[in-house]
Amino acid sequence: MSTQVSLEERFQARIDAEQKIEPKDWMPEAYRKTLIRQISQHAHSEVVGMLPEGNWITRAPSLRRKVALLAKIQDEAGHGLYLYSAAETLGISREELYNELLSGKAKYSSIFNYPTLTWADMGAVGWLVDGAAIMNQVALCKCSYGPYARAMVRVCKEESFHQRQGFELLLTLSKGTPEQRAMAQDAINRWWWPSMMMFGPNDSDSPHSAQSMRWKIKRYSNDTLRQKFVDMIAEQIKVLNMTLPDPDLRWNEERGHYDFGAIDWTEFNEVLKGNGPCNRERLAARRKAWEEGAWVREAAMAHAAKRQQSV
Amino acid sequence: MANHSEFPLWEVFIRSHGGLNHKHVGSLHAADAQMALEHARDVYTRRMEGVSIWVVPSTAITASDPADTDPFFEPARDKIYRHPTFYDIPEGLKHM
Repeated sequence: MSTQVSLEERFQARIDAEQKIEPKDWMPEAYRKTLIRQISQHAHSEVVGMLPEGNWITRAPSLRRKVALLAKIQDEAGHGLYLYSAAETLGISREELYNELLSGKAKYSSIFNYPTLTWADMGAVGWLVDGAAIMNQVALCKCSYGPYARAMVRVCKEESFHQRQGFELLLTLSKGTPEQRAMAQDAINRWWWPSMMMFGPNDSDSPHSAQSMRWKIKRYSNDTLRQKFVDMIAEQIKVLNMTLPDPDLRWNEERGHYDFGAIDWTEFNEVLKGNGPCNRERLAARRKAWEEGAWVREAAMAHAAKRQQSV
Repeated sequence: MANHSEFPLWEVFIRSHGGLNHKHVGSLHAADAQMALEHARDVYTRRMEGVSIWVVPSTAITASDPADTDPFFEPARDKIYRHPTFYDIPEGLKHM
């Protein structure tokens, strides 16, 4: 018991000294478990996140928009891979991780359980959803677990174009016909609050946050990042000459930040429980892709085995 | 979905420009070396990040033990005479 305590103390001392923890280093079981849960949820989110956008590839209005959307979705597949690889360094297999997603045991970001109803949603998702994700991910680049932090550096580098293309798409619509403007405003209205919820519960209701902050997995609290996001978007929307669906949104001179309205957490919890508009559809799509790809995986392994024999 | 059917893991190393060394960038699963190379190209060089790729089966790598870091690297610790700053030379001396 006493050696256990000293191991944990030494571990915390390394974290406090800003040293990175690497896969074969000693770590508390709870640190390992927390990371596996967080990194795998993050990976699943990238993979499921391809679906709402994949919905619009065939209907993109121009070739330029189509290649941008395809490139973004390909990036997300890659980001899923970086993250699964980081999770695997903690001693869980890819197959276990994927089974947890397909069985519904593992969670992914609730935002992807909302439907993408119009082309303007591709802009709102890029600008707001990726904008919120980037804000979280930039903070994670300094996470104490080396493989996760390194994956985040790659992801952030690649993702910066996602937000720009989303904003550009909305900017184009904002200069278009009244119908196009209305479509853009409608997409912003629908994606604003779900994007705000991406930062997680308020700090006062976030039970694991304190430990994650101590372990430096998390560097900033949910509410700190959410405020940063509001301050950024509230300024950017002026360029679009549109509005955010929050009557309480206003600049607070004293705080030096924007004030904003209360979040409806009932909706968040419902979507989390599986009662969002697309929960079932998303998992069904992932299962179908996995099952229909089984013969390809088997054939590739058979081919590799056969080639090995003939050498 | 039995475990034995899982693709093996490969470590990916990329030379970013001619003249530089290959550097570890990450890992991926693939059935064989050719598939590992092609996947590495598709995932890790989507923006011209490389001119050459190595893939190595992860099982082929032998790593030093982090628990032994101190004793393992100890032999170099006290050999400050291996650095040029150890040697005193007159201030005006040029090209050294």
